[in-house]
Amino acid sequence: MKIKVDTAGLRQSKPYEYLVRFAFGGAVTALAGIIAKRFGPEIGGLFLAFPAILPASATLIQKHETEKKERLGKQGTERGELAAGVDAIGASLGAVGLVVFASIVWLRLTESTVGATLPEATLAWFITAVSVWKLREVLCRYFRRKYLRASNRPANVQIQDHQCKTNQGRRR
Amino acid sequence: MKEILLRVVVGGVVVSVFALLGDVLKPKSFAGLFGAAPSVALATLFLTVMKEGKDYASLEARSMIIGAVAFFCYACVVGRMLIRHRTPVLAATSAALAVWFVCAFGLWFLVVR
Repeated sequence: MKIKVDTAGLRQSKPYEYLVRFAFGGAVTALAGIIAKRFGPEIGGLFLAFPAILPASATLIQKHETEKKERLGKQGTERGELAAGVDAIGASLGAVGLVVFASIVWLRLTESTVGATLPEATLAWFITAVSVWKLREVLCRYFRRKYLRASNRPANVQIQDHQCKTNQGRRR
Repeated sequence: MKEILLRVVVGGVVVSVFALLGDVLKPKSFAGLFGAAPSVALATLFLTVMKEGKDYASLEARSMIIGAVAFFCYACVVGRMLIRHRTPVLAATSAALAVWFVCAFGLWFLVVR
């Protein structure tokens, strides 16, 4: 699947939705600082990887996808839940990158400057997350083809990304 | 109070920037990567180093590794609840926070303490 930039996504969001994300992000950042101050950096550090934005963005994705379907006169709840689910799967792959980010900061920060370590760790997060995402795409495509061959379906049958796992589950 | 306000503003801005990136990218599974961007960590670590020093921030980063593993478990559970069981989004994302807490504190007790 090709990666695309689509600015139409920005027009879908209303100003209050951006405000909600800002508030969520700000609240979790402040909370992480307060917890670290109260219970020490070892407990406070856990909250640096708290899923701050995922619940808000998954809810917004579901809302937008449902509205999109309903504008076409169709029932969109199921589509909205699937879209939010696919987004969460993506976030799980991003979390692998988050482990790499934290490891780099832990190992390099004391020997280097914060100005060098944080961009370096962010780049490592991005490369890891994209690599794991790409690997999943390749594996998904491989198992999809295998499934189609096994069930003698024509090769042009489209199976959506989110159905990949479901179909493997059904085979079992 | 001033410090908390600064954290709210910096954290809010960084999280919003990553959320915007997620909004404009397609496909959805790729955009989802930005749901696990190190946004809170970037804001917090920068401010922490300025105030408490590198050693303190380094200790936070060590615990963050465990938090990130818990995040992975959380996102997998949310994805499964939504795709396989068609759980309402708000219910799935809120209920699964228990998974994050259990994994994060469970691993912390096992590994760090």
